[in-house]
Amino acid sequence: MNRFLIPLGIFVVVVGFLGIGLTLNPRELPSPLVGRPAPDFSLPQLHDQQKVLSANDLKGKVWLLNFWASWCGGCKTEHPVLIQLAQSGVVPIYGMDYKDKREDALAWLKEWGNPYPIVAVDESGRAGINYGVYGVPETYVIDKAGVIRYKQIGPLNGDVLQTKILPLIKELQNQ
Amino acid sequence: MIPEIGHYALILALCVAVVQGTVPIYGAAVRNSALMSIAKPAARGQFLLVLLAFCCLGYAFAAKDFSVLYVAATSNSQLPLHYRIAAIWGAHEGSLLLWVFILTIWMVAVSFFSTHLPEAMRARILGVMGLVSMGFLLFMLTVSNPFERLIPAAFDGRDLNPLLQDPGMVIHPPMLYMGYVGFSVAFAFAIAALLGGNLDAAWARWSRPWTTVAWCFLTVGVAMGSGWAYYELGWGGWWFWDPVENASFMPWLAGTALIHSLAVTDKRGSFKAWSVLLAILAFSLSLLGTFLVRSGVLTSVHAFATDPKRGLFILVFLAVVIGGSLMLYAWRAPRVGLGGGFSIISREGMLLGNNVLLVAALGSVLLGTLYPLFLDALDLGKISVGPPYFDTVFVPLMTPAIFLMGIGPLAQWKQASLPELAMRLRWAFGVSVVTALVLPIVMGQWTPLISLGLLLAIWILTTIAVDLRERLALAGGGSFFGRLTAMPRAYWGMVLAHCGLALFIVGVTMVKGFEAEQDVRMNVGQTATLGGYTFRFDGTQPYKGPNYIAARATIHVSQDGREVTVMYPEKRRYTVQNQTMTEAAISPGFLRDLYVSLGEPLEDGAWSVRLYHKPFIDWIWGGCLVMATGGVLAISDRRYRLAWRRKEVEVPAGTQMARQIVS
Repeated sequence: MNRFLIPLGIFVVVVGFLGIGLTLNPRELPSPLVGRPAPDFSLPQLHDQQKVLSANDLKGKVWLLNFWASWCGGCKTEHPVLIQLAQSGVVPIYGMDYKDKREDALAWLKEWGNPYPIVAVDESGRAGINYGVYGVPETYVIDKAGVIRYKQIGPLNGDVLQTKILPLIKELQNQ
Repeated sequence: MIPEIGHYALILALCVAVVQGTVPIYGAAVRNSALMSIAKPAARGQFLLVLLAFCCLGYAFAAKDFSVLYVAATSNSQLPLHYRIAAIWGAHEGSLLLWVFILTIWMVAVSFFSTHLPEAMRARILGVMGLVSMGFLLFMLTVSNPFERLIPAAFDGRDLNPLLQDPGMVIHPPMLYMGYVGFSVAFAFAIAALLGGNLDAAWARWSRPWTTVAWCFLTVGVAMGSGWAYYELGWGGWWFWDPVENASFMPWLAGTALIHSLAVTDKRGSFKAWSVLLAILAFSLSLLGTFLVRSGVLTSVHAFATDPKRGLFILVFLAVVIGGSLMLYAWRAPRVGLGGGFSIISREGMLLGNNVLLVAALGSVLLGTLYPLFLDALDLGKISVGPPYFDTVFVPLMTPAIFLMGIGPLAQWKQASLPELAMRLRWAFGVSVVTALVLPIVMGQWTPLISLGLLLAIWILTTIAVDLRERLALAGGGSFFGRLTAMPRAYWGMVLAHCGLALFIVGVTMVKGFEAEQDVRMNVGQTATLGGYTFRFDGTQPYKGPNYIAARATIHVSQDGREVTVMYPEKRRYTVQNQTMTEAAISPGFLRDLYVSLGEPLEDGAWSVRLYHKPFIDWIWGGCLVMATGGVLAISDRRYRLAWRRKEVEVPAGTQMARQIVS
């Protein structure tokens, strides 16, 4: 055994790991809430302040909860994906307007389009704390029993939607 | 038009790099002088082309040309000119251009200061550097072109990350890159020697000054990065063992080991294969650092935009460059042969010990940096490795290294006597131990770590004193001052660099042991006391900067009733990116820093305020500067000046010989 080959051997192993590392996303953090019941909230609706939206009202169907805000750049990025998903009618996306001004949020939806049947207003960010929101946008997949099944940190994209979220929704809807 | 010229210059530079990376190396293999002589003009031509590209990008920033994507992404019309210029290296594409630009600067330097080298050696060195620059130019032109257009042009730019809008950021990256890329010279020397099979003491002698210069730049660069983190991030820390900090620290450790191992190869002919390996390692770690920052495989506060294509390119490049060199090493190094033998108790033995410890420290930093990635890749979960790990492994490895550092310079080459060394150093040891034990008690707090830190620092200084006294006594004759100046500058350089490390250790020890901090809610007019200083909060005023608005607090600091200073910490909001920044106020001093940063506004004009008293913290960076100064002193040594001067005599002889070969 040539001892001068040792550095090369070590290097090959490191490169192997770096190669695998490229395919992973270090920012993808497992959420402790996955597998737990979605925290309930009862918050005024954006378009009609007199009405409230409550998580318990949505039991019995699979739905997405999307935290967003008019001041958030990433929300702009994922917006076309949400619009497309909403138009496909596969799953309802409920919006949570996070720490935002009502008129800004309404103007934003008017300008870019509204993928949400109902948007709740989380002005104080309390619901965000209960859901462990790091930053907007974040999206939760919640099943018929009201259990969180998946959490997406950061903008949704077509890739995540096709490979993770849509198959999961299909599975959950058939349960 | 100007950006297109820059883009075109880069393409031409790539063509030149291809020629420079192949023809001279081939020429050296077949001993064709005409082919080898292409290396020099190619290196200089490439420098001019990259310089042109760099100026074009600089012009685009200065002229606020927001039709260039990179300019629009990293600057803004309200950004002051000096930050617009610094924005050239404010993000991925531009910092790559800086990388290549600095590489070409080193190439030109080699082309000018290498006339004393055999032609084949020089051709191979410049050829290897040409190959490296070819890789980076390809990287830029394929996946990270700084001259890419944005059509239609942006109305205004997205602004430079506010964290980077700081004078330190203007100089930190160029310094750091001078160091990183500087190791490419030592690397090219090593590869050239492996290719040519002439791995001898002369090779080490030629490599030494280049390695030292690169090391000096890297030392200053890392220190500036740490200083920047200290005053800009507003947490009062100076080193976080963040992956990107580690990425700059690992080449430093390898470079430090290399400097010491080259000294042995130069003086005694030993450690040849080891020095070559270290030269490859130092540059490989610089490349790895680039990969870690650019690829997004690790999370870090230095989050550059990540793109899997870029990561893949660098990984392949890394595999080719490092894998290729290590293969060459495995093939050629066995034939190098050993140098003179030596006993374990000798200067070589001490330097070997120092090298082993430095490399072990380097290995543990590398492991700690990549460990989260390893676990993630093996699907064993997500973890992060933090300061507790690094502190735990680093101190036990550095303690014996520094102990050896005191003895090494006093030990004889080849064979030294342990009892004799012990006799010579008994006073130094006694003084160090006693001072280290007593001093903390005098200062009011004793912990084992404070004593250990002081012990190491004082040990360095006292052993230097012993060494100096012995050498002066041996020098004999002449006045005291005459004998002092008669000693070679290389020796003084070493002394200074070692003293710098002692100052650094004092700084670290004192800050860790005696710093105090306080989080307080302060109403207008309220006072808080910390470390014997009284801080009075006099409320905040709105303040408007060129591209930010701020709340600026006024804090009067007094000691024993006398006013010491007034501090103005700020909470800034940069309007373009709507990002809030804490601008800490620091009152620096030789023996302590006072550090105030604003937390959050509370009701009635009150604020949460964080106060720090940091004794000796500036010694940390001062020590690094002293280390780098030692390096500069060492390369100004007479023998290098002689080598440069001798070339003037040698040049005609060399060209004559070349002509003979051609004809």
